[in-house]
Amino acid sequence: MDKRIYLDNSATTPVAAEVLEAMTPYFCEAYGNASSLHASGREARQAIEKGRAEIAAILGVSPSEIVFTSGATEANNLAIIGMAFAHQEKRHIITSKIEHHAVLYPCQWLESQGYKVTTLDVDKTGRIDLTQLKDAIRKDTLLVSIMAGNNEIGTLQPVEEIGAICRERGVAFHTDAVQAYGKIQLSTDSIDLLSVSAHKLHGPKGVGFLMVRKEISLTPLLHGGGHEGGRRSGTENTPGIVGLAAASSLAFNKMEETTARMRRFKRRLIDAINAIPGTRLNGHETESLPHIVNVSFQGIEGESLVMKLDEHGIETSTGSACSSPTLEPSHVLLAIGVPISMAHGSLRISTGRQTTREEIDAFLDVLPRVVEELRAISPFKVGE
Amino acid sequence: MYTEKVIEHFRHPHNMGKMEDYSAVGKVGNIICGDVMWLYIKVHKDPKGREIICDISWETFGCTAAIATSSMVSEMAKGKTLKEAIAITNKNVASELDGLPPIKMHCSALAADALNEAIYEYLTQNQQEIPDALKRRHKRLAKEMASLEERYKAYIVKQEETRVKEAVKEEHAPD
Repeated sequence: MDKRIYLDNSATTPVAAEVLEAMTPYFCEAYGNASSLHASGREARQAIEKGRAEIAAILGVSPSEIVFTSGATEANNLAIIGMAFAHQEKRHIITSKIEHHAVLYPCQWLESQGYKVTTLDVDKTGRIDLTQLKDAIRKDTLLVSIMAGNNEIGTLQPVEEIGAICRERGVAFHTDAVQAYGKIQLSTDSIDLLSVSAHKLHGPKGVGFLMVRKEISLTPLLHGGGHEGGRRSGTENTPGIVGLAAASSLAFNKMEETTARMRRFKRRLIDAINAIPGTRLNGHETESLPHIVNVSFQGIEGESLVMKLDEHGIETSTGSACSSPTLEPSHVLLAIGVPISMAHGSLRISTGRQTTREEIDAFLDVLPRVVEELRAISPFKVGE
Repeated sequence: MYTEKVIEHFRHPHNMGKMEDYSAVGKVGNIICGDVMWLYIKVHKDPKGREIICDISWETFGCTAAIATSSMVSEMAKGKTLKEAIAITNKNVASELDGLPPIKMHCSALAADALNEAIYEYLTQNQQEIPDALKRRHKRLAKEMASLEERYKAYIVKQEETRVKEAVKEEHAPD
């Protein structure tokens, strides 16, 4: 294969050269345990606290409000289960139908432990209804967990409005900001808890953080040496944290330029795909993350489309049942009312900072041809 | 996760497309589940009077495994007598492809089932005696189809049709 065109940046991204460079000294040179008293330990501690301060400054919070984790799945679990265990007098949680499984499943698990969970509907574009949210809040509601931007369809939620409602009603607000962090300006004023993962923004895998407001107490999931202010035990992942901080700084410094380019690519992708008969755009036209485009093609199945594109060196993903271990189509696509057959025929294209105009052009050159090839062997003809 | 043979048949499928002058067609699967296969056969008698599948083609909506098994079953059945073709099983198709991922075994079921259904239709049309094994397979398929429809209910399928029409924009209607 000549050169791969990677358009699956919502799954993960390549580590930026600057990030790797920042991390490198912390493997073999400054390898100390940040809890140690000696110089090597102090060196690691310094790097971690510098990283924490950088991230806190980006979010406009205090450094003590950043808890490093192994990634966003852990951050989401810590936010939801940690809150539930710390405040057992309130046993009701509100979330939405299109959350990532790392939010939905901890909520479902709490439900199995006797907690009550309300799962809000979304409209055809994937947005929640603020009135439904207000109505769902009860006296015993502890937490609202609604993602900032969806990982499959890119739809943005009205985070500030949600936060304001929660503030007014005295309910804590958690947002999974994995896809939105570094892609849009996020005001954290009304957010109590926020989850982020490094590998979605050109940082390393296996590290992330949960922003936790000072006023919020959490029961830790991991008990041990009392790291991270007693909220997450375990020796700090120094190179990972340094990488996460470097990736955050890079992403926010370049955000305007990067997202402007991504938006141009997105416009171009949507226009070109719309010109192919029998397609639909899944998600919101404008209230959407700049790097995600989700479309469905009538008459073809997404897994074979992804495999056909892969044959041409183009890497994408699908919400088709055939690509999921449970053989169920994407819960996000079904929640926004995509017909099951067209959820099978969905394709997610997600760009990254490294994506070029040439790559988009090459993809758009191949796409109509492979769609045509697959439709030629399908019993379902477009328009029938 | 897929064998080289699966990938090869997926990339270069054999005998694909619709057939106009077919003797019989076998239709299996359900779009709600994500796999549908239509298999066409053309049958003629050889000089010895045996009925031979002289041409075969298929149309499939489905994943890589569904397309590869469609291609493989068509290769396996082409030129065979009906009796030989009836003997082709889902397991045969999968093993000719050097195996399928366990979770994809249901896709391989489609291919041999579609062949089975096409032959059943041919024999019925020509008022020939249908072998017991073939009858049993046909019954099993009909039962599976019925339970599927029960599971998803007719109205869901109806709703699905309307939703597809709504989902695909007006300007994309066919010429």
